Amino acid sequence: MDLSLSSRLDGGRTVVEAVGEIDVYTAPKLREQLTELVDAGRLDIIVDMKKVEFLDSTGLGVLVGGLKRVSQHGGSLRLVCTQERILKIFRITGLTKVFAIYGDVATAVAADD
Amino acid sequence: MALVELSFPARPVHVRTARQVAVSLARRAQVADEILDEIRLAVAEACGLALAVLRQARDDSPVAVDFDDSDGFTVEVRTGAVLPAATGAAALDVVADAAKVAAEDDEQLPAGAALAVLAEFAPVLDASTSAQGLRLRLGWPAVADLGPTGRTA
Repeated sequence: MDLSLSSRLDGGRTVVEAVGEIDVYTAPKLREQLTELVDAGRLDIIVDMKKVEFLDSTGLGVLVGGLKRVSQHGGSLRLVCTQERILKIFRITGLTKVFAIYGDVATAVAADD
Repeated sequence: MALVELSFPARPVHVRTARQVAVSLARRAQVADEILDEIRLAVAEACGLALAVLRQARDDSPVAVDFDDSDGFTVEVRTGAVLPAATGAAALDVVADAAKVAAEDDEQLPAGAALAVLAEFAPVLDASTSAQGLRLRLGWPAVADLGPTGRTA
């Protein structure tokens, strides 16, 4: 399955919903989307990964790059992820310490920094 | 099945094919269902490393993947690119170095992240590098080898 992305505003934050596979082939598409948002001044981003079926280290790299970019401008990048198999990849690579990861979008929107 | 061989041009789009073939064959090889996801990810990372090494070396060799179910399930990823000769852990370091330099933009995680995932998900992980290229070997036991608690064929 390919990767489809859609974005919407929610409580002043931009929620990017990712559906499908984020891998070495599709990760550039996510990078492009995040870059466009930052260029448009949308610096508080939530990536909703509840419907992501596959994530590899290339996808992790794009998320880290997005986090770096928004952080440089005082923004934030939060993740919504509930699947254990995906969360495990964040743990193995030490990225649970880097990202704020939430169980649902509403909580991610409402959370204080 | 004994051996299935797959060879593809070193382009990201084909890594998905390698993943799908790996999972399909692993199912037939009586590997436990719960580790199919781990096989999918490990094969993706191994192929991703091979692509990164080739990109850095500006080498357009294809990537070859051999799948073997004769003793558990073994996946061997091979490709060209001239590398220092090494085996085992030293070869994994060579691969990490060779792939790392390819990460020109700061978005790429260190190749160490891919290797960390491989080390976690592949119970058998072996590597060798040489002037002929690299070889990454990943292995998983069949369910029947796991003892009385594992399902038998």
